[in-house]
Amino acid sequence: MASAVNKRIYINGVGCLSPQLTLDNRLFLEEPVSTESNRLKAIDANYKEFVPPEMVRRMGRIIKMGVAAAKTCLADAGCQMPDAIITGTGLGCIEDTEKFLGNMIKNNEEFLTPTAFIQSTHNTVSAQIALLVQCHGYNFTYVHRGFSFESAILDSLLQIENGRASTVLLGTADELTANSLQIQKRLGFWRRNPIDNLKLFDHPDKGTIAGEGAVFFLLDEKKNSTTYTVLQDVEMLFMPHSADEIRSQINGFLNRNGISESDISLLLVGQNGDTRHQKVYDEVAEGSFPNVPACGFKHLCGEYMTASSFGVWLAAKIMKEQRIPEILQVSKKPSELKHILLYNHYQGINHSLILLSQP
Amino acid sequence: MAKRVVITGIGIISSIGSNLPETIDSVLASRSGIGKLKYLDTFHRDEYPFAEVPWSNSQLAEFAQLTDLAGYSRNALLGLIAAKEAFAHARLDQVPRLRTGLISATTVGGMDRCEIYYKDFLTNDSKNQYIDVYDCADSTEKIADLLGIGDYVTTISTACSSAANALLLGARMIRSGKLDRVVAGGTEALTSFHVNGFNALKILDKVPCRPFDANRSGITLGEGAAYLILESEEAARAGNREVFAELKGYGNACEAFHQTASTPDGKGAYLAMERALKIAGLKPSDIDYINAHGTGTDNNDIAEGLAIERLFNGTIPKVSSTKPFTGHMTSAAGSAEAILSILCLTHRMILPNLNLESPMPELSFTPVRELISDLDVNVVMSNSFGFGGNNTSLIFKKI
Repeated sequence: MASAVNKRIYINGVGCLSPQLTLDNRLFLEEPVSTESNRLKAIDANYKEFVPPEMVRRMGRIIKMGVAAAKTCLADAGCQMPDAIITGTGLGCIEDTEKFLGNMIKNNEEFLTPTAFIQSTHNTVSAQIALLVQCHGYNFTYVHRGFSFESAILDSLLQIENGRASTVLLGTADELTANSLQIQKRLGFWRRNPIDNLKLFDHPDKGTIAGEGAVFFLLDEKKNSTTYTVLQDVEMLFMPHSADEIRSQINGFLNRNGISESDISLLLVGQNGDTRHQKVYDEVAEGSFPNVPACGFKHLCGEYMTASSFGVWLAAKIMKEQRIPEILQVSKKPSELKHILLYNHYQGINHSLILLSQP
Repeated sequence: MAKRVVITGIGIISSIGSNLPETIDSVLASRSGIGKLKYLDTFHRDEYPFAEVPWSNSQLAEFAQLTDLAGYSRNALLGLIAAKEAFAHARLDQVPRLRTGLISATTVGGMDRCEIYYKDFLTNDSKNQYIDVYDCADSTEKIADLLGIGDYVTTISTACSSAANALLLGARMIRSGKLDRVVAGGTEALTSFHVNGFNALKILDKVPCRPFDANRSGITLGEGAAYLILESEEAARAGNREVFAELKGYGNACEAFHQTASTPDGKGAYLAMERALKIAGLKPSDIDYINAHGTGTDNNDIAEGLAIERLFNGTIPKVSSTKPFTGHMTSAAGSAEAILSILCLTHRMILPNLNLESPMPELSFTPVRELISDLDVNVVMSNSFGFGGNNTSLIFKKI
């Protein structure tokens, strides 16, 4: 898609429920959380603060995660009600899906109650947020592996650029369950031996560590005192053939935004410690950004289909605070943080570029 | 000035036909696809009627011209057949390539294999051939790969409005100049998962669904896939190809009322239809026909009917639900019904609302009960509503 976004669109609020202490927006990874379980579980919020008590017990965990992150984001931006809600999720409400499926198989299709089925629908998070804030606007949910969040970004930017919305609540939610972990284990996704997540990049090997989270952003056509960054542009590359093709796409992407590789202050890469997926990150970083400070972030959030949203949260905070937290192990310190590029790929199939700029 | 979006190709497979010509034959003959299950293995097989696609997976693989069925869910097979038909119908292989996207919709992806092999996924050490079909993107990526589409590939899941939203997004991508062509639609295979979910909700009718009937008692589940080729007006000029209709308007609204029920007065339906008219720059009186969501549930038909009455106050167009033909194709319903709506434009007809005996006393209008032919139909509206109060309305205009 060869056109840039014509309006400057700002991130004016964030809400990040992750395996790190990120839901409190005053904090910024001062005390990184570590585990050796190869499974980074998101730190649950006190959901009663976000969801009416009569709903808390029945509501699926992923929905509560999404609502907590979304409400934190809206409060951070001082926004009562967005014009649209657009979300991305890789596997959706997988816990309720598994619950309904499991009961169905176990009970031979008898004696089933509908609650898990109702909540299993992929757009439940988006719909429940709309219900709680009474937003009747455009409501969309993308469910495409490593393009789920990126598709939601593109749609959000289009909504504002085309004048259909002034503000968009954009976000993601994905949850880990024992069964989905098991299935992905059979697909060869995970490390065999336990590893401290904070040392993930020091010990490259086959497989990575699993993660989950819910991350929301309030996009606004207006800049204000809470502005973090400009969400400049997004691009998705489906099954690119080579690192050269990706590098050429990156070049075109930056050019259409009026900058070049050397203008990037920080390159955030979606590397996950899996040696089978590392090569392309190295070739892109070394080939196109030899002098640009670079770092990974998935040692903090784990790998999952919408993990790039954690990366954008990180970039937004870095841009606002103009500093990079210690735990990020940047190759060298940038002098000024003007443009941050996030390059991620999911399983070598879904490659994406997200550009953030100083407001 | 936003670009005009036109339709140059159509592909559909459902209980009433494996392709577009068969589908046209069925609707002209008022032939319903609802009957007894043949392929899906469910405990409830004799309890309800279904609108099952009447071919086995290996027959579907032949339709799709696949030599190897391995790793293909029924969901992917149906999607591939309809997407390939649409692609060929628009003769996209005969014109220079432009920026092309695939926007596909589904609700439970490859659940049709997942529910059969789930235990095996979890316990068997050897990798099951279907183990990576359980997410929604699997069928989309298989279709994109086989059609060679890579400029934009995504999947939407907003329950039963999913495929209507795929068309809405496709139109917006073209209007804003991001893409020149989009293959947009949805695919959904019947699953025990859906049968049991809707059964637990107690909204399956024991007899073929009766939308807008006073005695209606729920939906009849269907399956299938439907894709349309959307192009900018400029792109459609290449190669002297036929243009079937213009996608003139679209609106999406969230009811924000209840996860599975509509407000009694159909607020979300009203907002979606109103927004679609606004984008189209049309008045309610410009609409000749509404292909209603009309599921046959108590709640939907009264809410949608009242919303139509309010918005089209005094000028209610012809209305029908075509779900008695195809069953409720859930995530694929939006694009399948968009196609049936477009056929009303191209074949100068209004499709009947089959199975309607006693009109609802709450509504001032009665849907069309018999096929009307030889009628000028210029503008049609197609409604699709889903769980989460996700409501979408599309407007198509004759070229």
